[in-house]
Amino acid sequence: MTVAVAGDKHFALIGTPNCGKTALFNALTGSRQKVANYPGVTVERKSGTFTTPSGMTLSVVDLPGTYSLRARSPDEEVTRDVILGRLAGEKLPDILVAVADATNLRVALRLVLELKRIGRPLLLVLNMIDIARRRGIEFDLDRLSAELGVPVTTSIAVRRGGTDELLRRMDELVAAAPATDRMDWQPLTGAELRVAQREADRIMGTAVTLPGRPDTLTGRIDAVLLHPVAGMVFLLALLFFMFQAVFTWAEPVMKLIEAGFTDLGVLAKGLLPPGVLQSLLTDGIIAGVGGVLVFLPQILILFLFILLLEDLGYMARAAFLMDRIMGGAGLHGRAFIPLLSSFACAIPGIMATRVIDSRKDRLTTILVAPLMTCSARIPVYTLIIGAFIPDRELWGWVGLQGFVMFALYATGILSALLVSFVIKRLFWRGHMAEPFMLELPDYKMPRPKSVAIGLWTRARIFVRRAGTIIFAMAVLIWFLASFPGAPEGATDPAIDYSFAAMIGKALVPVTSPLGFNWQINVALVPGMAAREVAVAALGTVYSIEGGEEAAVQIGQALAGNWSIATALALLAWYIFAPQCASTLAVIKRETGSWAWMGVTFAYMLALAYVAALVTYRVAVAFGLG
Amino acid sequence: MRRISDNTDLLADHVSDQTTPHREAVPLGRAERGFCGRIDAICAAENSCGLCASELESRLIEIGFAEGARVEILHEGMFGHDPIAVRVNNATVALRRREAMAIHVRSLEDVDR
Repeated sequence: MTVAVAGDKHFALIGTPNCGKTALFNALTGSRQKVANYPGVTVERKSGTFTTPSGMTLSVVDLPGTYSLRARSPDEEVTRDVILGRLAGEKLPDILVAVADATNLRVALRLVLELKRIGRPLLLVLNMIDIARRRGIEFDLDRLSAELGVPVTTSIAVRRGGTDELLRRMDELVAAAPATDRMDWQPLTGAELRVAQREADRIMGTAVTLPGRPDTLTGRIDAVLLHPVAGMVFLLALLFFMFQAVFTWAEPVMKLIEAGFTDLGVLAKGLLPPGVLQSLLTDGIIAGVGGVLVFLPQILILFLFILLLEDLGYMARAAFLMDRIMGGAGLHGRAFIPLLSSFACAIPGIMATRVIDSRKDRLTTILVAPLMTCSARIPVYTLIIGAFIPDRELWGWVGLQGFVMFALYATGILSALLVSFVIKRLFWRGHMAEPFMLELPDYKMPRPKSVAIGLWTRARIFVRRAGTIIFAMAVLIWFLASFPGAPEGATDPAIDYSFAAMIGKALVPVTSPLGFNWQINVALVPGMAAREVAVAALGTVYSIEGGEEAAVQIGQALAGNWSIATALALLAWYIFAPQCASTLAVIKRETGSWAWMGVTFAYMLALAYVAALVTYRVAVAFGLG
Repeated sequence: MRRISDNTDLLADHVSDQTTPHREAVPLGRAERGFCGRIDAICAAENSCGLCASELESRLIEIGFAEGARVEILHEGMFGHDPIAVRVNNATVALRRREAMAIHVRSLEDVDR
């Protein structure tokens, strides 16, 4: 929450999607910005401060992009409510800054006319004026200002000094800003919208001269990238490259982080006397939080791609290409980006569903996002595949192990499509799909600074989560796995006597049809914090000391103790099982309801059970038991 | 899935009908890739999509599909020629053909040339 000193002026940036509003916000505030949530809703609130040439410090808030104040999504409701001063705890902006893409002014001018009706001080900024002028678009700024009845200025958000003129005008406005309390606003009717757009078109006609030819570069690129066949091939190749990058580029850094946490654990062990405190710190906190933080590099690489593609203008095109395919399964084209993020981790994926206007489409996407194979499943998959699936060639260069890994991913994707299809039939029966309408912005070179700020924000959110919810879960699970301790003279590992083991043994009647023994059940309990913790837990129950060859040793121990049917059943279990407390917590927060979290947990658990059961029975029937 | 060929026939009928100076407006949702025209009316049928007619009309206008705007179908999807990418004056908008049925257009040869 920005606490404005009395007399300080508060600005709000408002504009249509893709108008370069966020780039302008970044240019104005630089590092002096913070991202939080609006109270009660899960809409991101970006605010910051900046200093004008006269030395005034002003605060500014970047409102979610919108085409009108009619507010069709939670994001747009925030924009409307902030502007109208209806949002409790949010300061009413003193001056509205309407940001418009100078290359695409038509729709923005209509929004300006709508904003003008509110009666608040208003300034129109023609952003990306350099690109517009280079394309031969000419502006009569005085005329535009006179016709609109609103001061007009220009900016180049991505260039140093590109906001000087804007800052100067802000100074003038602050000095002259009349205090107005007039605030009468009604949603525009269809007829009023038409009138407003006609007026906007008329003003465009008098103050803006368009060149004969539109931007041909975007057209030429799109001729390939939106081609029905070539575009699809490019998208698939791009996705393939992204996955390669996420897994190969991240590995050295992940090893470093892992080693760092191991060293930290050893250090803590050395400094503290053996006992409850040492165990809590090393086995609980350092191992638990470290086990999640290790995914930070993968998440950052994935987000780097997403931010770059977004800034380039490609993401809207990916949604265009995928809309029909996803629509067949009852998903919205815009669900593509959240589901893509879910391959790194379902948490940022679920948070990214905020771009979907319709609540129903958004809920469907949230419910299926955890089915995408997140990177936390990889250690479990690798361990079991390495131990049980023979390393032989299948066809030519395709290995059997790699094929099984691919099959696990494919099953995840297919089941996500299937589940969303069923959800559509079950929950939203009779409800027709929301329209898919999306502006395809011109291609633009991404700005390193904007991408860096975006990455930094993501990293901070993820680390903060690891420090709070995941921290708490790690402590809880450590408690379950450590208490009560082993009795005097016990020979088995201490975990065998713990609450976790009690739970594991109590679950045997339920999981024995799946071929799971109580040791697996024990591993599933700490695996609730983060799936990959199950690997370490298996190591503990089979009393293997951690270290370099731990994974290999666990694999050998498993191969000796389990049948192949059990291993396959566990793989099937992990495709579906809702084994991630943090994901469930995010679902609760994003849907604002325990019920949807419960639905997700129940359906995933049911799918996991059935899949493991079928896999085990089939494998046993084939003599693999 | 609606087949585009039916719509092509529909367009062809109009082309052959050279006697009328101003031919009837056709829905943009039926037009082929490469179609170039001007918006005659935004008029959504009730129950044509997940929104009520007036809401769909408002959204179309808000994203730029207002009467008088020049439209051109630039690209279309792989399956069922859906969705379509439409140049609206100076911007490009993607939408499904089902929603584009509410956009009534006249071929540019009729109005301008």
